[in-house]
Amino acid sequence: MPTDSRAGNNRRITYLEALAEALDQEMARDPDVLVLGEDIGGEFGGAFKATKGLWQKYGEDRVINTPMAELGFTGMATGMALAGLRPVIEMQFADFISTAFDAIVQYAASTHYIWQGAVPWTIRAPADGGTSSGPFHSQNPEAWFAHVPGLKVICPGTPADVKGLLTSAIRDNNPVIFFESKTLYRSLRGPVPPGEHLVPIGKARQARPGADLTIITYGAMLQSALAAAEELAGEDIEAAVLDLRTVKPLDTDQILESVKATGKALIVHAANRMMGCGAEVAALIAEECFEYLDAPVRRLGGLDTPVPFSPPLEQAYRPDADRIAAAARDLDAW
Amino acid sequence: MTSLSAVERLDIYRWMYRTRRFDEVMVSMFKQGRGLGTCFSARGHEAVSIGAGWGLQPEDFAAPMHRNVGMFMLRGLPPDQLYSNYLGRANGTTRGRDANLHGNGDLSHNLIGFISHIPQSLPVALGTAMSFRYRRQPQAALTVCGDGGSTAGVFHETLNMAVLYMAPLVVVLENNQYAYSTPVAEHTAVSELHLKARAYDMPSQVVDGNDVLEVFEAVSAALARARAGEGPSLVEARTMRMLGHAIHDGAEYVPGELLAHWEARDPVVRFRRWLQDNDGVGPDVLQELERTETDLIDQAFAAAEASPFPDPDTVEAGVYAD
Ligand SMILES: Cc1ncc(C[n+]2csc(CCOP(=O)(O)OP(=O)(O)O)c2C)c(N)n1
Ligand SMILES: [Mg+2]
Repeated sequence: MPTDSRAGNNRRITYLEALAEALDQEMARDPDVLVLGEDIGGEFGGAFKATKGLWQKYGEDRVINTPMAELGFTGMATGMALAGLRPVIEMQFADFISTAFDAIVQYAASTHYIWQGAVPWTIRAPADGGTSSGPFHSQNPEAWFAHVPGLKVICPGTPADVKGLLTSAIRDNNPVIFFESKTLYRSLRGPVPPGEHLVPIGKARQARPGADLTIITYGAMLQSALAAAEELAGEDIEAAVLDLRTVKPLDTDQILESVKATGKALIVHAANRMMGCGAEVAALIAEECFEYLDAPVRRLGGLDTPVPFSPPLEQAYRPDADRIAAAARDLDAW
Repeated sequence: MTSLSAVERLDIYRWMYRTRRFDEVMVSMFKQGRGLGTCFSARGHEAVSIGAGWGLQPEDFAAPMHRNVGMFMLRGLPPDQLYSNYLGRANGTTRGRDANLHGNGDLSHNLIGFISHIPQSLPVALGTAMSFRYRRQPQAALTVCGDGGSTAGVFHETLNMAVLYMAPLVVVLENNQYAYSTPVAEHTAVSELHLKARAYDMPSQVVDGNDVLEVFEAVSAALARARAGEGPSLVEARTMRMLGHAIHDGAEYVPGELLAHWEARDPVVRFRRWLQDNDGVGPDVLQELERTETDLIDQAFAAAEASPFPDPDTVEAGVYAD
């Protein structure tokens, strides 16, 4: 497949290309949109090249190379956003977002509630593992932020959603954290509309229909869940796959609708399971549709360890299609 | 000699006196149990708040902190609204969502709210300065940071970036000798706090923070440089926190001689005397002004106390912007 054939709707591009396209189109559309982050200036284009070409096209005022000072430049972006700009911050790796925690969870998240100051920035955070990148380049820290009122948290799982949700995030008037799966950056291709493409924040998507159980997931685990569902179909187990796409706000309607229809729920995410976003989904199901359940809610997630480096350890850590299929079989047989 | 007219100087005194009265009434009401939560006295900081704030233009951004009540008022927040914020009322700036001077942001006055996490307002103020640079607007942003705030990492991140980007930012380092119970010499090994700016090649200077005209001249010159594209600067204003850290704090740890030293340099009393000696302002004029301000503040507190609390049904309103 060509990477950018501009051939209309059946054009297939990578997750990373979809992301770069959204950035470029939003910068072209709105002069208030600017990007800032480490190593994104000049010819370099950032650690993952998501911003490559933007500096040449939009200049150094709109592509701001920052020092390695996440707390400072995130706070700076908050000031820019309060002044009406729409900064898109690139964390070099999602793991380093903890350095900016105060600026995000204390200042930016609370400002509108306290004094009606809107903070329309987006943080792009390359997250996710499965690539032997070790404990500090593999994290999925979405749950830290899903706990914070005032933030929106997005974890897209397809190239089309990356483009559509990043576009929506940039136009949203609230601080949005956009967790990208760097595992999918170059490995996943899909159809992406070439023109303006918006996906609403807070809406899940049924990625596959099925009557026997619902697999609820997001981010990179969507692909693993779809692979598992395909395998299960060969065994006459029809698993619906619900892609949350946004973890905050959560699409509670679609979660409940699907689980009421199938009576069984398996929640999967790559982040460690303990206190992960899946716990909130499980609690929601238990509270709101207990009487529809034919089996206990099941959850799969990473182990409660730092993300280990060595391949056999990381494979043991992280859910995959085989483990999803095995858990689904158990649930189906309940 | 100053660039201000005698009329402006008298007006400066009015704002300093208003700031002082605001603080005195606040402290007295909290001691009587008529406050809510806590409050941080600004006694002794009037010249910093008013002197620095006087140089601001309406289009500039300001990010004051928890002892800059004068600057908040100067920026356009009326005293009754501020008191209502102290008392958790629906008509306080934060509609009952945050306490005392915290959260008093208002974009219609280009005023950035202050949050407890010190000094997290610093990079935010830098961002507002960057917005001017980005839009090629000849304005500046001013923020205030305590001596304690100058020990945090983000202080240094902000200074470094401000110079790197030649942002139109002025940082007023309000050195009031203490960070809560800790004297400056015990929280930083740098003897001249403004020298921290020099590590980033940022111009810096020290002023007598109890001399309102000196604060004004230095800060307004720094603002003018910033607006002219000549980059950020830092002004260290040396002053003294005359009461405890917050209302509960008797500040027994502060030596009496130190307080006496600064009491003799009280910024309000001192400027009053300056006006009499240099501008020939008569005692009748000053007394009349002081009576007017006293009434205004008394009425403001009474109005706040009579204001309703927020409706609990609104508790979830405004977490998100539309
Ligand atoms: C990050 C953080 N840690 C602790 C506190 C509690 N605290 C509030 S004010 C303060 C001292 C601040 O000193 P300084 O910056 O000199 O300002 P001052 O109160 O003297 O005006 C402390 C420790 C805080 N607000 N923020
Ligand atoms: Mg101090």
